[in-house]
Amino acid sequence: MKCIKFIKNHKQFTMFSFFALVIVGIAVFAPWIVPKDPYDAVMTDSLVAPCSEYIWGTDKLGRDLFSRVIYGTRSSLIMVFTLVSVIFVVGTCLGVLAGFFGGILEQIIMRLADMMVSFPGLVLAIAIAGLLGPNMVNAVIAIAAVSWTKYARLARSLVLKIKNSLYIKAARLTGTKNWKIILRYILPNMITTMIITAATDIGGMMMELAGLSFLGFGAQPPTPEWGLMLNEGRTYISKAPWLMIYPGIAIVIVVIVFNMLGDSVRDLLDPRQERK
Amino acid sequence: MRGKQALTHFLQIVIVLFGISFFTFGLTYLSPGDPAEIMLTECGNIPTEELLEKTREELGLNEPFLVQYGNWLKGVVTGDMGISYSMKVPVVQKLASCFWPTLQLALAAVVLMLLISIPLGVLSAVYQNRWIDYLVRGITFLGVSIPNFWLGLILLSIFGVQLHWVSVSGGRSDLKSLILPAITLAIAMSAKYTRQVRTAVLDELHKEYVMAAKMRGIKEKVILWKNVLPNAMLPLITLLGLSFGNLLGGTAVVEIIYNWPGMGSMAVKAISCHDYPLIQGYVLWIALLYMVINLTVDWFYHRMDPRLKEEG
Repeated sequence: MKCIKFIKNHKQFTMFSFFALVIVGIAVFAPWIVPKDPYDAVMTDSLVAPCSEYIWGTDKLGRDLFSRVIYGTRSSLIMVFTLVSVIFVVGTCLGVLAGFFGGILEQIIMRLADMMVSFPGLVLAIAIAGLLGPNMVNAVIAIAAVSWTKYARLARSLVLKIKNSLYIKAARLTGTKNWKIILRYILPNMITTMIITAATDIGGMMMELAGLSFLGFGAQPPTPEWGLMLNEGRTYISKAPWLMIYPGIAIVIVVIVFNMLGDSVRDLLDPRQERK
Repeated sequence: MRGKQALTHFLQIVIVLFGISFFTFGLTYLSPGDPAEIMLTECGNIPTEELLEKTREELGLNEPFLVQYGNWLKGVVTGDMGISYSMKVPVVQKLASCFWPTLQLALAAVVLMLLISIPLGVLSAVYQNRWIDYLVRGITFLGVSIPNFWLGLILLSIFGVQLHWVSVSGGRSDLKSLILPAITLAIAMSAKYTRQVRTAVLDELHKEYVMAAKMRGIKEKVILWKNVLPNAMLPLITLLGLSFGNLLGGTAVVEIIYNWPGMGSMAVKAISCHDYPLIQGYVLWIALLYMVINLTVDWFYHRMDPRLKEEG
């Protein structure tokens, strides 16, 4: 009964969680969904237009586009979830350390963050990804290196706000250890805001990762990845437009779903915002 | 007071530039691949071991890391950023020739963006929660979720391939080939900017003085044009500066799609062929530009807002 009431009160959240689950399901069950092997090149069927055998056509190497787009969900989701968890954990930890302990540690962390902010992130991300050697792991590292600052700054400001409240002082007075104060009293009070930020970031991060792959600094062939597929299809823009239509639509749909989900998570966890 | 502030800003810029250049230099040093080998292979030679050793010696690649960095820094101070490995021209010259096309593109994109997002944002704020507001919000939501490289490809296939209005191969930097890249960048940005304009105008509309003016019987149109809009535009200037700075660095994807001979496509090429001096020069140049733009915006903002002028 409670469950139904929750669904009724949060229609948007329920709907987009369902869509997100479907997308995750597509990624997990990709091998059972696809009609063909996404790596299987049939050279005689190069650049076949969508037909009954290949519903979304084939690419230059005669690989089935539908199967590749479905498998692309895997690479995109794995990369984006790794990325968001990494910056969430690293940024929050550094921010909490800086805010709680202050002093030289805070100076180093925050000056580093300032340095990253006074610079267009994409340029640095391209440089890092390119110089470390183009692959999916390095693309994640590159974007993480330029995105953690947002979380660190937010976490620090939240800690500073909580640190001076009465109950922290009381905990100190009764001799509670530092790490216990952080884990028991500070983290639970700030985690909601951090989760909201992470949830609203997923869509944007996904586009950045696809952008790096598009430039050739992310996933490498023959991996089925949407950004990379768009880049490969770019050469055949006049001969085989389906190569750029389907992977692009896949990105847009997934990004929309995760953006909407992020928005509804925010409305759900932070009622003040909703009223505004 | 003023002089001291300027000095701190200047020091800040120097420190960040120093940090950024050290970081990139470290990256190129650690990055896999031997510059000497890459450089010689670029020339079409099959490098022998002696030739490799000689080139390494010439480029100073055998020196310890800090010495290499010091030498490079010494060069930069005197305006010499070294010679590009792959293009065999001084880095400074290459950067200068690529800068103008990117600046053109960025300016055109910003102007277009303002033309799109200010009217839409204001309309959507004034008619809050009516159909026009929902429409604008829907469009901006869609705009935020479309990656600019895909948008670029779609526009190129419509106007280049289907309608033959522009050449698909690109490579020129005339006015006609400027249109599509500028539109692509502008659409992606205006989605975000429209929302910000809307929020800024709404914030202003809900202030008490607007209510007071309404109660005195001043026409809503007059309040909107004379009070609300000028006040709402102020916070947007900061955002505008920020997005302009980001544009100078972030045009890479669009430049690649339309084969626009700017800095972004140059940087991507430089990175793919491990042209280290060019990458270092590019990163340093962008960092400098970005910070100068931000400072200018800051200064402008302080000049425009009388409240801040009194405090400073």
